[in-house]
Amino acid sequence: MSASHNHPAPAPLGGSLVTPTTTLLAILVAIAGVILLVRFLFGIGAVTNVNDGYTWGIWVVYDVVIGSALACGGYSVALLVYIFNKGDYHPMIRPALLASLFGYTLAGAGVIFDLGRYWNFWHIFWPGYAQINSVMFEVAVCITAYIIVMWIEFSPAFLEKFGLKDIKKKLNKALFFIIALGILLPSMHQSSLGSLLVVFGYQIHPLWQTMLLPLIYLISALTMGFAVVIFEACVASSGFKRPLEMYLLGKLSQVMWWMLTAYLIVRVVDLVVRGAIGTAFVFNIEAFMFWIEMALFIAPMVILSNADSRKQPAKLFVAACSLMLAGFILRINSFLVGYETGPGWHYFPSVSEIMVSIGMIAFEVLAYIVLVRYLPVLSGNTAQSAIASNK
Amino acid sequence: MTISRRDFLKGALAGSALLATGTSPAEARPNKVMPEEALGLLYDSTLCIGCKACVSACKEVNNMPPEFSVEDQLWDTPRDISGKTLNVIKVYEDGTCKTGACGDKDSENGFAFMKVSCLHCVDPSCVSACPVSAMTKDPVTGIVGYDKSICIGCRYCVAACPFGVPRFQYDKALPQISKCQLCRHRMGEGKYAACAEVCPTGATLYGKVKDLHAEAKRRVALKPGEETVFPRGNINTHDQSPHTAKAAKYLPQIYGEKEVGGTQMLKLSAMPFEKLGMPKLPERSFAATSETMQHTLYGGLIAPLAFLGVLTFVAKRNVKNDDDAGDEKK
Amino acid sequence: MNQDTIEHDESLENDESLIALENRLGISRRSFMQLCAAMATTMGLSSNAAAAMIKAVATKQRPSVIWLHFQECTGCTESLLRAEHPTLEKLILDVISLDYHETLFAAAGHQAEAARKSAMKAHKGKYLLVVEGAIPTKDNGIYCKIGGQTAVDMLKECAADAAAVIAIGSCASWGGMPSTPPNPTGSSSAGEVLGKVIPNIPGCPPNPYNFLSTVVHFLTFGKLPEVDDIGRPKFAYSRLIHENCERRPHFDAGRFAMEFGDEGHRKGYCLYKLGCKGPETHANCPAILFGDVGNASWPVGTGHPCIGCTEKGIAFAKPIHALAELKTMRPPVGFPRVVEEQGKGATIAAVVLTAAVAGAAAGAGAMLAKNLGKGVKIDEGEEPKKQEERNPS
Repeated sequence: MSASHNHPAPAPLGGSLVTPTTTLLAILVAIAGVILLVRFLFGIGAVTNVNDGYTWGIWVVYDVVIGSALACGGYSVALLVYIFNKGDYHPMIRPALLASLFGYTLAGAGVIFDLGRYWNFWHIFWPGYAQINSVMFEVAVCITAYIIVMWIEFSPAFLEKFGLKDIKKKLNKALFFIIALGILLPSMHQSSLGSLLVVFGYQIHPLWQTMLLPLIYLISALTMGFAVVIFEACVASSGFKRPLEMYLLGKLSQVMWWMLTAYLIVRVVDLVVRGAIGTAFVFNIEAFMFWIEMALFIAPMVILSNADSRKQPAKLFVAACSLMLAGFILRINSFLVGYETGPGWHYFPSVSEIMVSIGMIAFEVLAYIVLVRYLPVLSGNTAQSAIASNK
Repeated sequence: MTISRRDFLKGALAGSALLATGTSPAEARPNKVMPEEALGLLYDSTLCIGCKACVSACKEVNNMPPEFSVEDQLWDTPRDISGKTLNVIKVYEDGTCKTGACGDKDSENGFAFMKVSCLHCVDPSCVSACPVSAMTKDPVTGIVGYDKSICIGCRYCVAACPFGVPRFQYDKALPQISKCQLCRHRMGEGKYAACAEVCPTGATLYGKVKDLHAEAKRRVALKPGEETVFPRGNINTHDQSPHTAKAAKYLPQIYGEKEVGGTQMLKLSAMPFEKLGMPKLPERSFAATSETMQHTLYGGLIAPLAFLGVLTFVAKRNVKNDDDAGDEKK
Repeated sequence: MNQDTIEHDESLENDESLIALENRLGISRRSFMQLCAAMATTMGLSSNAAAAMIKAVATKQRPSVIWLHFQECTGCTESLLRAEHPTLEKLILDVISLDYHETLFAAAGHQAEAARKSAMKAHKGKYLLVVEGAIPTKDNGIYCKIGGQTAVDMLKECAADAAAVIAIGSCASWGGMPSTPPNPTGSSSAGEVLGKVIPNIPGCPPNPYNFLSTVVHFLTFGKLPEVDDIGRPKFAYSRLIHENCERRPHFDAGRFAMEFGDEGHRKGYCLYKLGCKGPETHANCPAILFGDVGNASWPVGTGHPCIGCTEKGIAFAKPIHALAELKTMRPPVGFPRVVEEQGKGATIAAVVLTAAVAGAAAGAGAMLAKNLGKGVKIDEGEEPKKQEERNPS
C-alpha cells in the first residue's frame, strides 16, 4: 500500500461567514434569482437572446458544458489517487471533490433554467420515454448519476461533522466501487458533451467537427480538472491566508503538462489528417478564435516547460488560468463560434443572461466558502493558523 | 518524469483496452429506409407564384396566431418559420426581379420562391437527437411527429436539424417546439396537408412519396416550354382538376432524393437550390453518424462495464480505509 | 399634383382664350380646368403641364384627325362616347377636327370618301391618323374593304402623309379578337402592316382617358408621350394590373375565391384561382376605372377575373380559367426573403458587461499571481517521511 495518509485530517476552517466577499457574492446571487423568476414567469426569451439560429446560448454552453468541465477537479484527482495510486495527492481529494460537487450540482440545476418544458425533465430518465440513441440522454443520465455518486463520495465529511461514525464505516467498505463509478461516469459524459456536436453535421465548422470530439473533450476536461485544482489551491491559499502545497501542485502540474501534450497531439493530428487545418489560415472570426484557443492551450506548455518554473506558484497559477480559459474557449468555439445553422442569425448574450451565469458562479464560490468554513474539508494542520490569522 | 513507468503502462493498457473494445468492428449504422407507404409533398418552385395561400391555410388548420413583421399589423406577415408559423414561402430576388420565375440562363434579374417547412427526413436528426422521444417517425407514413406532452424543451432538435426546421416559442412561459406535422391531425377526417389542398397552381402536391417521386422525374425530363398537365391537391386521390402550363427549365436535380438519406418533401427548381436556401448535404445522414459513434462507444454497455470492472479492481486495491487509520491514531 | 392650384389660378381663369372656350363649348372654365388637370394626372405630369394643356386646348388650332375603322366592333369609339361627362364628347369633337369617322359621320358612301381625301390633301403631313380595328392581310387583304379599297392599301395610303399614327384598341395594337388562333384572315396590327412600331393604346376596349390624354399630350407638346418598346404609353401600360389591384392584399394574404359566388367571392377575395390574368397584364384599369360610374367599376372590381385584354398572347388566346404566370416580383412590404437578419447581436451594455467581467477577472488574477510570487507562505512540502517525523498526530 503506497498511499501515504500522514497528512493531517481535514477540519472545518471556521471564521466569520459574513464578509465583504460573501456579501458581494450574495448580492450577485440575488440578482440572478430575480432574473430567473422573470424567466419562469415570462419565458426564456424575456431574459436571454437565444433564438432559433442560436438556440443554445451561454446558459447551456457556459453553465452546463463549461461549468461541468471546470468541475472536473474531483475526477482528475480521483483518477490520480485511486487509479494511478498517487496517494501523495490524497489531501487534495476533499477540496477538489467539493468544488466538483458544486460545479456539477450547479450545472445540473442550471439545466433546469434552460429547459423550456422543465416540468417534464424526469422523462429523460423514464424507461418509456428515454431515447437511448440520443447523446443528450447519455449525458443527462451520466451527469445525474455522477452528482449522486459525488454526494455519496463527499458524505464522509458530513458524517464526520455529525458524528455518524457507524454509517461512515459501512460506507467506506463500498467506497472503492463508488470511486470507480466516479471515474467511469465523468469519462463517459465529458466525452459525450463533445459527441453532442456530431449530429449537427455540417453546421459545425471543420475546425471543430470531427469524430475525435469525444476524445478531445475528454482529455481537455481532464487537463481542466488539474488546472482547476491548481487554481483553487492558489485562490484558497490567498483568500484564506493558508500556505500553498507547492510540492503536490508542482507534481500535479507535471501530470497536467503531459496530458496537455497528448491533447495537442490529438488535436493537431486530427486537423491535419482531416485536411481542415487550411481553414485556420483565412481571415475570419472562426480562424481567429481557433488561434486564440490554440494559444491558450500552448501557453501552459511553454510556461511550465522546465522543472524550475513548476516550483513558482505565480507561474503555476498563470498556466492553470490559461488552461482553464483554453478549455472554456474550446467549448465556446465548438458550440457557438463554430456553429452556423444558416446565414443571417446573430447571437450575443444579453445583460440579464450574463448576470445569471455570473450569479451561478457567485453561488458556487459562496457555497464553497461557507461549506469549507463549516465542514471538515481542508487539510487540518494549518487550520489553526488560518483561524488565528482570520480574526 | 515522476509517474512510474509501471503506473503509466497500467494506465495505457486500460486505455487501449477501452479503445480496442470501442473500435472493434461495430458496424456503421446505415441510413434508415423510407417506409413503403410514406407520405410527403412535392414542391415545385417553378410553379409557385408566392401567393401564400399555403401559409394562411396552414395557420388556419393549426390554429396558430398571426405573426407581424411590418408596422401595419394588418395581416399575417411572418419572416420565417417560428414558434407561431409552421410554413412560409420565401423569395429569392435578384436585381429588378423582372425576368420571371424561372431565372433564365442564370438568376440575373430573376426571382424564385421556396417553401420552408419540415422536410420529414427519412433518417431525421431531430428524432435521433431527442432524448425523450418527443420527436418520432411514424413507421407507416414516415411523418415526423412531435408530442409536446413528452417534450422537455431542451431544443437539441432545433440545433440538430440540418434544415433548421424545428422552432421554439421563446416568448412563452409554457413553450413548446413547433414544426409542420403534415396535417396528420386531419387524417382522421380524411383530409390531407392543407398547404397542398389550397395551392392554386399545384406547386405543393401531396401524396405517396413514391408517386411524387415519379412525378418529379417526369417533370425534370420535360423539355423547357413543353406544355404539360400539372396535377393539383392530392396526387393519389385526384381530388382537384389539373392545371395546364408550360414546363420551366428545371434543374436536373430532385432535392431531397438523397440529401441526408432522403426526405419525404421533394423539391424541384429552375434556380440553384443553394440560392433558395437549401444547403448541399451529404448522402449519409448525420443521425447515422452520431448513432454509430454512440453505439461504438457504448453499445450494449460493453465498453463502459468493462472499464468499470477494471476501475473497480484497481480502486479496490488502492483505497485504504484512511479514516479508520485516522481513528486509530486518535 | 394639386388640382386646386390650377382651378383657383386666377390668371388662367381670366385668360381671354379660356373665356372664349367657355363660350364655345358651353362649359364652365373651372370644369374645363379640372378636366385638364385630371388628364395631366393620368399621364403622371405636373401641374405646369396641366396649365400648358389648358392653354393649348384653348388657343391652338384644332388638328385634323382621320379615324379609320377596319376589323373591329367599334367598341373603342363607343367607349370614348360612353363617358358620362357630356363635356368629354364635346371636347373631343371641339378639340380636334374629326375629318373622317365612319361611325359618327352623317355622310356615307362616296361623299364620305371624298371628304377624307380632301382632308388628307388639305392637311398633308399634319393630320393625326387613328386606326381602330385589325387589318386582314391574307389573300391580299380582301377580307376587309372600304369603298372597294382593301384595308391594307387604305392604311398605307393614309399613313403616308400623316403626322402621327395611333392605334386604338387591342385589334389595331396587336391583332385583338380577330387574330384569335388560328387567325383565318391573317389579322394584323397597324404597326405590323406599316412595318414599324407605332404608338398604340391596347385594351378591349381601352379606357377613353388613355387615348384622350395621349392626343392632348400631342396637341400640347407636339409629340406623343413616352412609350415602351412595343409602343404603349408608359403612363398607362408600364405596370401590371397585379401591381395596382385593390385586391392585391388578399393575394398576399392567401385569400382566394375558389368558385363564382362562394364565400370568398362574395367577400371580394383575390380572383387568381378563377383565372385572373392580372399578374401578366399591363394596364392601368384599377387606377382609372371605366365609365365614370364610381368605385370598383372595372372587371375585377365587379368580381370577374381580368382576361388580359391588352396583352397579345393572353386575351382571346389563353383560356379565361387558365392560371396567369407571374411576370414580375413586386413583393409587398414583409415578403420574407431567403436570408433575413435575425436574432439580437451584441448590445453595448452586454459587451461592456462582458469586458468588465473579463477585466475584473484578469485584474484579480494578475494581483493573485503577483501575491503568489511573494509574500504568501508557501509550504514547500518535504518528502512524506519527513512530514511524519514532524507531525506525529
